[in-house]
Amino acid sequence: MWDFIVERREDIAYNAFQHVNLVVQAVLLAFVVAVLLAILVTRVPALQSLANSVSAMGLTIPSLALLGLLLPLFGIGPSTAFPAVAFYATLPILRNAVVGLQGVDATLLESARGMGMSPVRSMMRVQLPLAWPVILAGVRVSTQMSMGIAAIAAIVLGPGLGGYIYTGLSQIGGANALNQALLGTIGVVILALALDALLLLLGRLTTSKGIRV
Amino acid sequence: MSTTTTPSGADIELIDVVKRYPGQKNPAVDSLSLHIPAGEIVMFVGPSGCGKTTSLKMINRLIEPTSGTIKIDGEDVRGKDVDNLRRNVGYVIQGGSLFPHMSVAQNIGLVPGLLKWGKSRTSDRVDELLELVGLDPARYRDRYPRELSGGQQQRVGVARGLAADPPVILMDEPFGAVDPITRQRLQDELLSIQDELHKTIVCVTHDIDEAVKLGDRILILEEGAQVAQYDTPEAVLVTPANPFVEDFVGAGSTLKQLSLSRVSDVELAETTTARSGESVPEVLDRARARNDTSVVVLDSRNRPCEWLWLRELQGHGTVPEFNAEEFVTLDRRATLNDALDTMLSSSHGAAVVTGRRDEYVGVVNFNAVTDFIQATEEQHAATAAADAANGESA
Repeated sequence: MWDFIVERREDIAYNAFQHVNLVVQAVLLAFVVAVLLAILVTRVPALQSLANSVSAMGLTIPSLALLGLLLPLFGIGPSTAFPAVAFYATLPILRNAVVGLQGVDATLLESARGMGMSPVRSMMRVQLPLAWPVILAGVRVSTQMSMGIAAIAAIVLGPGLGGYIYTGLSQIGGANALNQALLGTIGVVILALALDALLLLLGRLTTSKGIRV
Repeated sequence: MSTTTTPSGADIELIDVVKRYPGQKNPAVDSLSLHIPAGEIVMFVGPSGCGKTTSLKMINRLIEPTSGTIKIDGEDVRGKDVDNLRRNVGYVIQGGSLFPHMSVAQNIGLVPGLLKWGKSRTSDRVDELLELVGLDPARYRDRYPRELSGGQQQRVGVARGLAADPPVILMDEPFGAVDPITRQRLQDELLSIQDELHKTIVCVTHDIDEAVKLGDRILILEEGAQVAQYDTPEAVLVTPANPFVEDFVGAGSTLKQLSLSRVSDVELAETTTARSGESVPEVLDRARARNDTSVVVLDSRNRPCEWLWLRELQGHGTVPEFNAEEFVTLDRRATLNDALDTMLSSSHGAAVVTGRRDEYVGVVNFNAVTDFIQATEEQHAATAAADAANGESA
C-alpha cells in the first residue's frame, strides 16, 4: 500500500487538492446563497415552511440521480460536479441559518430597533452575529457531506479523489483494486477531518466571546 | 425634584392619540391626551392590557399611532426620520436586554456609534456612565453580559439608555426581572441619577409601590388607556379620583405613605468610620471615644463596604478589604418603607445610608424613623384639628 502511494504521490496530491478545491468553492457559493435565502425567509414568514420542506426533501434526492439529471445540461466533468455539490451543500446551511436567525430573541431585535438601528444594520450587527454559531454548525455539516458527494461526482468525471474509488471498484480482483478504493476512501476521510478542524478554528476566531459555548 | 438646575429633559405632548389594531373591536389606546413636563419622571401604571406599554412605544414610534399627534419638545415625532428619532430617545427595557455578543462597552457605545461620535469620545462616555451607575469601569468595561448579575445587567441597560445623553428616556418595566433588594437599589440609583441629570423619564410599571416611589407624577390607566387619574403620588394616595384608582392603589395606603417620605427627610446618626488598611487599634480608640460598638468601613471611593462590630475587628492588625458591591446600603433617596425593610434584615437594626455615587452619608436607625413618623402624624393631626376648627367657625 505504502509503495502504491509513494509511486503516485504527485497524482494523489493533485487530486486531493482538486477535491478540496471543488468542495470549498461549492460550500462558499452555498453559504452565500443559503444565508441570503434565510434572510429572505425571516423577512417573509410565508416562505418559511417552503424553505423547510425544500431543505428536507432536497436531501432525499439520491446524489447519483441528481448527477444523472444534470449531466445532459452541463456535460461531463467539473461543470456538472460543481452544481451538484453546491446544491447539496446549500441545504444544511439554509436550514440552520433559518433556525439560527429565527432563534434570536425578539426583545433584542425590538431593543435594536428602539435604539435607532435600521433593519439592515440590525441584521448585520445583531441578528447575524447571534445566529452565527448555528449557521457555522450548518457549514460544518455541509462541508462533511460535500466531501462525500464530491467523491460520488467522480462518476461524471468530476475532479478529486473519487476517481480512485471508481477505478478500484471497476477492477475488483485486479492487482491494485483494493489499494485504489482504500486510497480514495481514506483520503476523503482525512481531508474531511482536516477541513472540519479548520472550520472549528474559524468558529473560535469569529464567534464573540460573549456567546461562545 | 426641588432642585434649581434647569432640566436637560424635553417635554412630551400626546394629543388625541389613538391606536387601533386590525381585527380588534375596541382600540388599544382610545384618544389619549397627556402633557409630560420636562425633567420629570412620569409613571404609567394600570392593569395588564390597559394600553400603557402601547402608549409608551408610540412615543418612539416602535408602534405607529393610528391617529393623533405626539410631540417631543414641540416637534411632531412623525415629521422626523424614525431612526434618528429613536437615537435621541433613550430606551430601557426589562432585564436590560443587552446584546450578549457585545461587551459592556460595546453595548453602551452603540447609540454614540450610530450617531458617529469619535472613538475616544465614546470610550470616555462609556467610563463616565459606568461610574454613574456604580460599576467600576476598569473592572466591567470588557465583560460580556453573561458575566454580569441581573442587577448589573440592568445597570448597564440604564447606562446604555443614557449613552447619547438623550433628553427623553422611555423605560418599559425596567426593574421587573430582578430580586426585591436589587430592585430597591436600582430604583434608588435611578433617583440619584435623575437628581444629577433631570431627564424626562417615562416609565411603565405594574407595581404601584414602584410608581409611588419613583414618580413625580403617576398616570393610572384603565382599559383602552383611559386616564383614571394623572397626579402626584401624594394626591393619588390621599385623594384617589374614583373607585377604580382606590382599588388599584389598594389596601394599606396609609402604610404606602411611608413610600412618600425619603430617608433624607429623617435625621441621620453619625458613626465611626474606618478605611481598609488602617491600623485597628487606632480605629478601636476612635470608636470607644465616641461610645460606638461598631464601625463602617469605607473604600477608596468613599463607598461603605462593610459594617463591623468592634469585636469582629479585634485580632486584625489592619482593617481588611471588602467589596462595596456586595454590601447592602440604603440610598438617601430610598423611601422609609425600604429603610424599614433593610433595617429589619440587618444585624445592626439600622442601615448605612449613601448619597451621590454611593458615597457614605450616615446611618439611619429605628428610633429616627419612628420619631419622624410620630412627628408627621402629630402634624397631620394638628392640620386636621385646625381644619375642623375652621369648619366649625365657618
